[in-house]
Amino acid sequence: MTKSLKVICPNGHLGFAPLKTESFRIAVEAGTDYIAADSGSDDIGPVPLGSDTCASPRAWQEHDLEVMLLAARKTGKPMIIGSAGDTGTNSRVDMYVEIIRDLARKHDLAPFRLGWFYSEVDKETVRASIRGGSPVRGLDGRPDLDEAELDATDRIVAMAGVHPFRALLEEGCDVIIGGRSSDSAIFAAAALHEGFPDAQAYYLGKVLECASFCAEPYGAKETVMGEITPEFVEVTAMHPGQRCTVASVAGHAMYERSNPFHEYVAGGLLDMTDCHYEQVSEKTTRVTGMKFVPAEEFRVKLEGSGRLGARFVGMAGIRDPYTIANVDAVIEWARTQVRERFGDDGWELHYNVFGRNGIMGEMEPLKDKPAHELLIVVQGVAPTREMAEELTITGTRQLFYARLPEVKGTAGGVSFVFDEVMEASPGCRWTLNHTMAVNDPLALFPTHSEIVGSDVLETA
Amino acid sequence: MMTTKKLSELAKTIRSKNAGTDKITFDVIFRERDVYEMVKRSGALTRASVSALFNIGDNRITDFVEYDPAYAIKFTILRPRPSGSPGDPDIFGAQQYAPLLDVDVTVDA
Repeated sequence: MTKSLKVICPNGHLGFAPLKTESFRIAVEAGTDYIAADSGSDDIGPVPLGSDTCASPRAWQEHDLEVMLLAARKTGKPMIIGSAGDTGTNSRVDMYVEIIRDLARKHDLAPFRLGWFYSEVDKETVRASIRGGSPVRGLDGRPDLDEAELDATDRIVAMAGVHPFRALLEEGCDVIIGGRSSDSAIFAAAALHEGFPDAQAYYLGKVLECASFCAEPYGAKETVMGEITPEFVEVTAMHPGQRCTVASVAGHAMYERSNPFHEYVAGGLLDMTDCHYEQVSEKTTRVTGMKFVPAEEFRVKLEGSGRLGARFVGMAGIRDPYTIANVDAVIEWARTQVRERFGDDGWELHYNVFGRNGIMGEMEPLKDKPAHELLIVVQGVAPTREMAEELTITGTRQLFYARLPEVKGTAGGVSFVFDEVMEASPGCRWTLNHTMAVNDPLALFPTHSEIVGSDVLETA
Repeated sequence: MMTTKKLSELAKTIRSKNAGTDKITFDVIFRERDVYEMVKRSGALTRASVSALFNIGDNRITDFVEYDPAYAIKFTILRPRPSGSPGDPDIFGAQQYAPLLDVDVTVDA
């Protein structure tokens, strides 16, 4: 029998929606060597990183951590979480560490070693790289980072690879809470720690990272199990109604990435070009042919978000067909009133016209065929809360007073669901999607550990 | 004999989603190999056709791939600005695929 290692993943984004406990229970009872999940994503936009908040309710995060922790401690198997609290900032890592400590107390768990690492990067570290002649290179067509864009940034996290996870596993940690990390690295670290080869280890991570998204029929937040050997990776759906098929597993390789062949991680590239998929039993697909190409230079991906200002939101509806046909002139009227009050710059005002091209903007093929009624969503962003509120009220209420030459309805140009504006999360912008060279793979990811559990009071 | 079908009648999955902060990726996945091959042959989905459909320049299409293991055609575009910037109406990029549903495909009847 080939030596193998089993890892289960119950949730592709821990806490974003609660994991489903039944398939998780089945997986734990089937027997696993590691329990792991990623808790982060940049899908949630720049606001959580820019304002250092979560995108998910704490109750859901605690739920998932509790279910996983109790199973891990009961079976004595390690538990690994990456990208704590959606963004993996230091405050989110501390929050998850505190939740684990509280759960250990609540359930009177026997002592175990809890490890964690941070991923936030000080702006001055990045500035030193730029000034030292090591460009911070832009990804996805962005230019190299300059200091102006760095100054516009409020918070930066680096994307950890397997290195800090492996360091903590080598310390003997039973539970690991990671700062921002590559989804696949969380699982790959376990496999590498146990001596499996790079290509299979990173592929294991790649296929498990989104839990049941690699199974069919579609159903999120269900547990899947990956099994790695030196030759292949097998993935099995744990939900009684789901299967991992050649189509579902191969299809998942392209999910959320620019192309289905390459996955970049800190330290190298997983090449899936020659992957071969084979259905080996009803719920299990085997994958072979993956390759890993080590990077010549160790570069770490950086994510950064900058706060643009306070943000308010208003809404207005239009039913008059003449006004609908002239909605751009209506918006321009409101913008002009804002300019007269606040000047030409120092603020942002955005109009999304739902019923015309609110969702797709300039890409909308039907933008010349508006519906019989429209909803305009107005967003105003300004340096202060007071200014953002007045800006957004002006930009919304002046839609009501727009002067169109031939309008029949002269008592008001739009409908209001409510005649007010609402405070929203601050306006933020992704300022960094870049990579930075580092000499030491652990340099940006300081690790810590302590003994947690019923009889222990002090840090080890 | 040739006839015309909508892409939505032929594909199992037609979806869009963020690929990082600056891109949106589109997947068109077929259940059967012969349908996938037929759509590839038809030329209904090419860099040029999606560039015209979405009213974007070819330079905004970063990847266009026919991915045989999954019977899928996949392409990726650069967003006009990063996801979630104020005014971005689709932070996840999850509702950008709709125009693909009605693409006409010439197929063997």
